Amino acid sequence: MFGTHYKLERYSIGLALTIIAVASIGSLVEIAPLFTIDETVEKAPDMRVYTPLELAGRNIYIREGCYACHSQMIRTLRDEVERYGPYSLAVESQYDHPMLWGSKRTGPDLARIGGKYSDDWHVAHLNNPRDMVPVSVMPAYRALKQKELRTDDLSMQLAALNKLGVPYTDAMIKNAVNDAHGQASPDSAQADGIASRYGTATNVRAFDGNPNVLTEMDALVAYLQILGRLTDAAYKPRETAEATQ
Amino acid sequence: MISQLTKNERQLALVIAVLVAICGLVMAVAGRGDPFGDHGVIVLVFGVAVVFVIIGGYYTPEPSKDRLASYYDDPVKAGIVFSITWAVFAMFIGDWVAWLLAYPDLTFDATWASFGRLRPVHTTGVIFGFGGNALIATSFHVMQRTARTRLPDQLSPWFVLVGYNLFCILAVSGYFMGITQSKEYAEPEWYADIWLVVVWVAYLILYLRTLARRREPHIYVANWYYMAFILVVAALHIVNNLALPISFASAKSFPIFSGVQDAMTQWWYGHNAVAFFLTAGFLGMMYYYLPKRAGRPIFSYRMSILGFWGITFFYMWVGSHHLHYTALPQWVQTLGMTFSAILLVPSWMAAANALLTLNGAWHKVRDDATLRFMMVAAVFYGLSTFEGSFMAMRPVNSLSHYTDWTVAHVHAGTLGWNSMITFGAIYYLVPQLWKRAQMYSPALVEWHFWLSVAGALVYVFAMWNSGIVQGLMWRTYNESGTLAYSFIDSLVAMHPYYIARAVGGFLFFAGAVVGFYNVWMTIRVARELKPETMEEEPALAPKAALQAAE
Repeated sequence: MFGTHYKLERYSIGLALTIIAVASIGSLVEIAPLFTIDETVEKAPDMRVYTPLELAGRNIYIREGCYACHSQMIRTLRDEVERYGPYSLAVESQYDHPMLWGSKRTGPDLARIGGKYSDDWHVAHLNNPRDMVPVSVMPAYRALKQKELRTDDLSMQLAALNKLGVPYTDAMIKNAVNDAHGQASPDSAQADGIASRYGTATNVRAFDGNPNVLTEMDALVAYLQILGRLTDAAYKPRETAEATQ
Repeated sequence: MISQLTKNERQLALVIAVLVAICGLVMAVAGRGDPFGDHGVIVLVFGVAVVFVIIGGYYTPEPSKDRLASYYDDPVKAGIVFSITWAVFAMFIGDWVAWLLAYPDLTFDATWASFGRLRPVHTTGVIFGFGGNALIATSFHVMQRTARTRLPDQLSPWFVLVGYNLFCILAVSGYFMGITQSKEYAEPEWYADIWLVVVWVAYLILYLRTLARRREPHIYVANWYYMAFILVVAALHIVNNLALPISFASAKSFPIFSGVQDAMTQWWYGHNAVAFFLTAGFLGMMYYYLPKRAGRPIFSYRMSILGFWGITFFYMWVGSHHLHYTALPQWVQTLGMTFSAILLVPSWMAAANALLTLNGAWHKVRDDATLRFMMVAAVFYGLSTFEGSFMAMRPVNSLSHYTDWTVAHVHAGTLGWNSMITFGAIYYLVPQLWKRAQMYSPALVEWHFWLSVAGALVYVFAMWNSGIVQGLMWRTYNESGTLAYSFIDSLVAMHPYYIARAVGGFLFFAGAVVGFYNVWMTIRVARELKPETMEEEPALAPKAALQAAE
């Protein structure tokens, strides 16, 4: 055994190829099946995609590094389910490029934050967390309310996601900018498009309280309010064995 | 610097720098109104600056033929200086971030200074800026010595080193501006990732070319580790960063994997970055510098073989232990947990091999702070790998995951193992590279050592406490069967630990500043020795340092 190695360590290419071969085994066994077997992700027919405004909010969440302190993955443990809600299913992040499961809870998990608090609460909290939670250590995001949301690249974003398998229709891609404005401005003509393309259950309202200007605050709050609400799958009784792990 | 390059190499360097500058210009024009354009400006400025440096030395006489009889250490020197500079910068940010968690308003109300943006600046700065530069520099140094040959040319090591630092600058400046793809430790966007692939391939080719020229029949153990580090990091980086940009004039991209597959790929990358960047690379460092400084051969050849292949094989399986009790299929979690337990064997084999190498040299450990840095690194390596295997067990993980315990664990590894072995290697290298009898101040090396040890211990104990308290509070029930504490209760309980952590981090940072000053002064003022040739052993700086210390 050590004699063989004594020979191997004389050939740099041989050593390199052996390293690649040895390192590939575990990677292939663990990752490749996840893409092929059906049990990896449950089926959820009611699963919907993010609206352009929610997607823009998600990008802000990513930009500001929120994932560094907030997980979006409720584990199958009693205390987590009681604190945050039903444990997260794979299907709930099916359209998440990338996933934002996180690795640290400096703040609480956000997987089911959608609908838990009012828009006003979120706006006030983001403006200065310590106004709402005196001992919070979260940074203040005052700039969000002042900053107009950038929408010119939303169609491109939806188109890119569509290429990766997220079921955005051509109409959704074409009207992305319109729909982003409409979702935060309920009385405008643009708002009608949202209901017809994303369903009447979609939140359409002035998230930051001002329907006339589309701000980054609108987008982020719209995103937070949809977390855990893209599908009801997690609330339904489970049938298969995999689901109860 | 430029005077060591031949005419041809100077021309080629100029061409590359101009191409980089043109790339930057194209990015800046195409990406107007997008952060992509801002990065274009940075690339442009970087390229132009390099052009000026090359032109500045363009007409100096060509190097003489006798250069081929000696090692090429200029890029090693530059890499060491970059490394310690990044260390000071990124550890400062790290300590700032630590204070932010105790006093969240220390941000000047600026968007670039909020926790979420500074945190990746800290992690990328220390892992890739400090650690990566140290790995590249020491690998250039080690492979020349162990292969007893000079680097194959003078340009490609500069391309690797300077190109790599451009990647680091793009990464860090991007986070300040809000450019990130939010994959932990793989935050840079698609164009920076592509650039890193170019640099990394050049690094691999340079490595193989040097090995091909070696005058020793066998490849020394440190080189196995450096090679595994280069190869596997390339694979990890490429697979985890597969992404579709929304346009070629935008910084925004979407990873091609989603949800559970993305999570598995991310933690396969995340944990193996620990394995092959922070472990294999630094083990390469340890396997050369520790025996060298101790003046003893490696304790066991067989243990180094078993340890090496064990680490290469088992590590690749364990990433899924980051996803216990999540939506990742149970069988993958179980595999990750099982292999994490087995992984302790090769990890401890490497740590034991290092410590047993010191048998017969413990008196040197007592007297020589440089060797003591390396010894403490091996001890921390052993401790944190044990802790890692322990935390990968599902029941332990149910408590530790999402808490500060994880933060304690990674810092035991990075402060105790990676930083200490790097500082040891730097203190070994600096006098040798700059032909000095010893460091400017051996006393300051001692100061750095004790500041580092104290800082690491204060940090790690604070976070162990806070992590376990946090985990226990989250799962404590009262007599009526409901949760005893709100999340906010646990946050309030963390406050004293967060202050202790920031103090520990400050001590460690202060140590790095002392080290930076000492390196700087050594380069500037310490006494010179005669140059080293390829035929004799490297100059015995350690002995001189020891005599001075006695």
